Amino acid sequence: MDAFLNTSFGITILTFIEALAIIVPVLILMAYVTYAERKVLAAMQLRKGPNIVGPFGLFQPFADAIKMMFKETVVPSGANKVLFFLGPMLTFGLAVLAWAVIPVNDGWAIAKINVGVLYLFAISSLGVYGVIIAGWASNSKYAFLGALRSAAQMVSYEVSMGFVMVTVLLCVGSLNLNDVVLAQQHIWFCIPLFPMFVIFFISTLAETNRSPFDLPEGESEIVAGFFVEYSAMAFALFFLGEYTNMILMSAMTSILFLGGWLAPFGIEPFTWIPGPIWLILKIVLVLFFFLWTRATFPRYRYDQLMRLGWKVFLPLSLLWLVLTAGALMLFGWLPHAV
Amino acid sequence: MSATVIAESGATKTLQVDTHAINFGPQHPAAHGVLRLILEMDGEVVERADPHIGLLHRGTEKLIEYKSYIQAVPYFDRLDYVSPMAQEHAFVLAIEKLLSIEAPERAKWIRTLFSEITRVLNHLLNVTTYALDVGAITPSLWGFEEREKLMAFYEAASGARMHSNYFRPGGVAKDLPAGLEAQIGEWAETFPAFVDDLETLLTGNRIWKQRTVDIGIFSAEQALAWGFTGPCLRASGVPWDLRRAQPYEMYNHVKFDVAIGRNGDCYDRYLMRIAEMRESVKIIKQCLAAMKPGPVKVLDRKFSPPSRSEMKRSMEALIHHFKLYTEGFHVPAGATYTAVESPKGEFGVYLVADGTNRPYRCKIRATGFAHLQAIEAMAKRHMLADAVAIIGSLDIVFGEIDR
Repeated sequence: MDAFLNTSFGITILTFIEALAIIVPVLILMAYVTYAERKVLAAMQLRKGPNIVGPFGLFQPFADAIKMMFKETVVPSGANKVLFFLGPMLTFGLAVLAWAVIPVNDGWAIAKINVGVLYLFAISSLGVYGVIIAGWASNSKYAFLGALRSAAQMVSYEVSMGFVMVTVLLCVGSLNLNDVVLAQQHIWFCIPLFPMFVIFFISTLAETNRSPFDLPEGESEIVAGFFVEYSAMAFALFFLGEYTNMILMSAMTSILFLGGWLAPFGIEPFTWIPGPIWLILKIVLVLFFFLWTRATFPRYRYDQLMRLGWKVFLPLSLLWLVLTAGALMLFGWLPHAV
Repeated sequence: MSATVIAESGATKTLQVDTHAINFGPQHPAAHGVLRLILEMDGEVVERADPHIGLLHRGTEKLIEYKSYIQAVPYFDRLDYVSPMAQEHAFVLAIEKLLSIEAPERAKWIRTLFSEITRVLNHLLNVTTYALDVGAITPSLWGFEEREKLMAFYEAASGARMHSNYFRPGGVAKDLPAGLEAQIGEWAETFPAFVDDLETLLTGNRIWKQRTVDIGIFSAEQALAWGFTGPCLRASGVPWDLRRAQPYEMYNHVKFDVAIGRNGDCYDRYLMRIAEMRESVKIIKQCLAAMKPGPVKVLDRKFSPPSRSEMKRSMEALIHHFKLYTEGFHVPAGATYTAVESPKGEFGVYLVADGTNRPYRCKIRATGFAHLQAIEAMAKRHMLADAVAIIGSLDIVFGEIDR
């Protein structure tokens, strides 16, 4: 068996199975995030939410998926066909691709690369291309405005997110996500780096175009923004991409700040529960905050969002980065001798 | 965006750049009905906002000329369909003025009561959908829950949830059903707590304030010059409320405060409506306390129909009923402009009677019309998202604007 697994064919098969082992749960989780979103919002808004399809409406996501598959894909007459379909594919493809480096337990990741953080950062930055391509290819003014907003927004939040990550990396001394989690065995980074944790969470909201930063789709201003012209599966891919990204960002928040798969406090009753379960619980917790903000806050205006990104978060994260670095040097807490 | 050369002299070239125009509506989630707004944009900044009207024009004013006075009342429900009874009120008061009749006391109290219920109904819809335009989704769902209760009161009194056709020349269609007063009283006790809840989501919310404070500022002079009335005018600091300035119905028998804003921005317009809802509850409570049993329409059978049982016994009553619902009453020649403080502002009816059973002319002063025309002045040099907030804060309903 081992011999077979070492052949190139065996490695391909194994990688394929590994990929499926992460993509299938992620997609199922994604389907139920849409269900959870509708249920949580409904509870906060004195409604019932989906409750017809299946027990407690549990089959609703599948009903939605089937509906999407059988709808007609409408291509606007002035659209660039190739790019029009490339946009959603790119968005969804990238959202799934990023999962390759997420460790679900000690050493459990498809790609155990030493630049995991950089990889994640690069993939999530590429996501904006899908949006811009979609907005441009639709040949619609609303879509175009949405795409422009999205580009500006993602760029302005990426920078402060980058600084937040650098701060974490300073405390870890490695770009490997596995090491990032292991470095939190004594204390989760959300405690010593609390301000950065908050900045990171808010930036992830902006990065995933979620309320109160849902400007690119700004329902009441530009109708649905960059995907206003999309229907059927092309629309569904954007939808899948958005929710997969939400889960991804929650996973990143959990790994960078909430100790990934580690049990809280690392003490007895908690450690009985296996790591992946803890990771999922943490992801769900962060996702709940995503939904909670959506139910609570109005939408930012375009310029206010830019101001928040560049004039508040950027200086703040830079300052905290310098402070952290200074403190680490001063007290000799640097993870590896320089 | 295209650029065309309009003048060329030596080394200098003058280019004219087309701004980016977007067609906002008529099918747009923030268009509040069928507003078609041509927005000329410079990027995200609105350079010119050109509202187009008429997509919901139904010829109400002309139709009224071909209907007897009683038959014309339901048209008023369908103008501003968010505050139906307030508009019936203006028309009914105008007819009563021309006929020189006065509704009995209980009818007046009922009308005052339902005018205020209508005000809450309207403001709940406006404030919450305005919040929805600005991106807060929860208030609208909370607000609709509360509106549902008010619509139940409408239904109990008139038989219809929206197009009530309840106010009639000389009173109201029928007395309130038993127990409704108590139900309204209970609701009035719980409603202020709901407004508190609603305010926790918006009033102090930093994003809400960033989105509305100093947006679409209109000074008192501007507001008066553009013909603003109602909460939009009071937000600019002009203490003008027809309920106080020229009290009609029972408004001089109730105590209430008129809320006044200071800055005339979107936030103030929101605060006005919140404050007015609280005041309305006070008025509703006073109405309920002051109401006494009694007739709810004038007893003159030339103007109000006899009861069903009376019709079965008296030939006279049967004739009256028949004449009233076929020919209707004749209104002596004359003209009146009668206005009420509808939830949106001054809603007026200019009614010309020529002595026949049908109005010669009925000009309706739609509140929203004056507000809509100010969009250009307000939204200029604001961002697209602000234009949406401004439209929300002006409380525009196309039923009455297009008529």
